[in-house]
Amino acid sequence: MTAVRCVDLCKTYRQGDQDIKALDHLSLEIGEGGFVCLSSPSGGGKTTLLNAIGGLDKPDQGEVYIAGQRIDNLSKGELAELRLRRIGFVFQAYNLIPVLTARENVEFVMQVQGVPAADRGRKALDILAEVGLEGLEDRRPAEMSGGQQQRVAVARAIVSRPALVLADEPTANLDSKTSDGLMELFTELNEHHGTTFVIASHDQRVMGYAKRIVRMLDGRIVDDIQQDAA
Amino acid sequence: MNLVLRLAWRNLWRQPRRTWLTTGAMVFSNVLLIFMISLQFGMYRLMIDNSLQAFTGHMQVQAPGYIDDQKIRQTVPNVRQLAAALRQELGSETIAARASTFVLASSEERTYGIAVYGIEPQFEPQVSSIPGLITAGRFLDADDAAEIVIGSVLARNLRVSVGDELTLLGSGKDGSFAAAVVTVAGIFESGVPDIDRSVAELPLGLFQDVFYMEGSGHQVVVNAPRLSEADTLQSEVEALLPPGQDLVVQDWDALQPGLKQAIQADMSSAFFMYGILVILVAFSVLNTQLMSVLERTREFGIVMALGLTPGRLGRLVLLETAMMGLMGVALGALLGGALTWWLGVHGFSYPGMEEMATKFNLPARMYPRVTLTSLLAGPAVVMLFSLLAALYPALRLHRLHPVEAMRAA
Ligand SMILES: Nc1ncnc2c1ncn2[C@@H]1O[C@H](COP(=O)(O)OP(=O)(O)OP(=O)(O)O)[C@@H](O)[C@H]1O
Ligand SMILES: [Mg+2]
Repeated sequence: MTAVRCVDLCKTYRQGDQDIKALDHLSLEIGEGGFVCLSSPSGGGKTTLLNAIGGLDKPDQGEVYIAGQRIDNLSKGELAELRLRRIGFVFQAYNLIPVLTARENVEFVMQVQGVPAADRGRKALDILAEVGLEGLEDRRPAEMSGGQQQRVAVARAIVSRPALVLADEPTANLDSKTSDGLMELFTELNEHHGTTFVIASHDQRVMGYAKRIVRMLDGRIVDDIQQDAA
Repeated sequence: MNLVLRLAWRNLWRQPRRTWLTTGAMVFSNVLLIFMISLQFGMYRLMIDNSLQAFTGHMQVQAPGYIDDQKIRQTVPNVRQLAAALRQELGSETIAARASTFVLASSEERTYGIAVYGIEPQFEPQVSSIPGLITAGRFLDADDAAEIVIGSVLARNLRVSVGDELTLLGSGKDGSFAAAVVTVAGIFESGVPDIDRSVAELPLGLFQDVFYMEGSGHQVVVNAPRLSEADTLQSEVEALLPPGQDLVVQDWDALQPGLKQAIQADMSSAFFMYGILVILVAFSVLNTQLMSVLERTREFGIVMALGLTPGRLGRLVLLETAMMGLMGVALGALLGGALTWWLGVHGFSYPGMEEMATKFNLPARMYPRVTLTSLLAGPAVVMLFSLLAALYPALRLHRLHPVEAMRAA
């Protein structure tokens, strides 16, 4: 089963009087349980690709399939529903709701997902423990380090066990030690739960953890390497 | 507490000063609205009470066409007995019989056209404030004495004072010539120029003799203990009218159409002012919520990327506004209610008011009246318009695109 399939994606942005091909006839297939790092110099089209996969943005051309279902022609509401239930997102830093505690950030998404109230509290505590945040459940984002915040974001992304997690530069604001910790967590989730990870990053360290590295340049794939986990 | 409520509440306090300023505007306008509306309705009640108590009464039993065409022939037969029967049946003292017509009143020097009323000296003080407004001489006391009380302006115009004689010329019920010579027993000053210039009162007995009334009159004035009880009383009076006689009960609105108009005119100018106040508050809410949404563009972009819909976020914005509104209502009702209630108990006046009040037989102090309506009407409208104002920033979220929102600083 393929978790993600992109066929002939194109996306062009206009900057001034210049057309920028953020995605240029790009095709990609990612199997279930994959652990893929999209890497490119800045502006290579990683974020654009990730957004297309997650249904955040529509490509100008081409098709996107998630677990076999075509999604690039879904409505806004259907896409929101898809993201809510089947895809976990982790962005760069600062992607938590600042006025909610770690536990509340996780519970809030569960509430929107329609998880019964009785289960939410326990699930939130369990998942926070799983990402190594025992004892910090009642802290607000401002009272946590960048790495801890990213762990909360990961906990929020995976609490309902989505099959696919998309992460855009998740380590960009983290120091190397914290980055390692986060990547180890991703690896563990990938191995234990079979969660598919697609991570956009130009961080050497992140690439080291990936099973597969897709190198991009100017919206095209220039290299696709399978490698053993480090 | 529910997580969404908690989120909304905490979001409010991300900018405590701004939230307090907006809530403060709501509280201020709510206090002002509660006070003004209480005062306004207190004043209307006073206006109605005083104007009806002066002379007209809450209702009158009359012949059907009398209200439009006050002919002396349009009579209430046995008016004195009818009034007495009503007094007895209703157990009320505030009922009195009257007759009235137009005459020429002449002193030695001058002649004026006036309205004369035949009244029952014993009962008139219970339905009219004129007997209490005598400034010279005394009110009428005997039912058939050849005496008259007149308004102060009329006395001045006729150049008469207490003890002087007036000649009245008019026509009787049967159309025949009627005349009488009466002595000025007293002069009243109601403060209402129309009444002081053109109204005079005679004993009903004398009136009936002079104008060949054969026991009839033109109105039985009936006062309720309170204006609010007038409607019930009216149906009771209607039920007690002697069968077979063609009589109607006219309510105060029919008797004094100008009064309701004056109140309505005052109300529309007051509500215009309130409307401006409410719109100002609504704009302050609009401004606050718009800023608060703009500040959270990135945050909203992220939660939308997670799968939250703009509708859900819009409801969050409305919930935040509703919370602010509820604080405004609660604090406003508390402060406004307490202030108005205190002024309602102790009364208040402004310079010059007491002097006027004693002159016109009005209470010397104003007593605003807090009612459930005056307490909640203003705040409810402020709340409603605040929510309407927040609708714009809430609906704007539908235009938010998660990718672009996340790129926002
Ligand atoms: N909304 C936009 N408007 C205009 N141009 C855009 C927009 N989004 C992306 N681009 C352009 O498309 C190209 C690809 O951008 P993208 O963000 O996908 O690259 P990236 O690989 O994620 O870069 P980075 O490593 O800096 O995050 C870039 O040249 C970028 O300037
Ligand atoms: Mg990027």
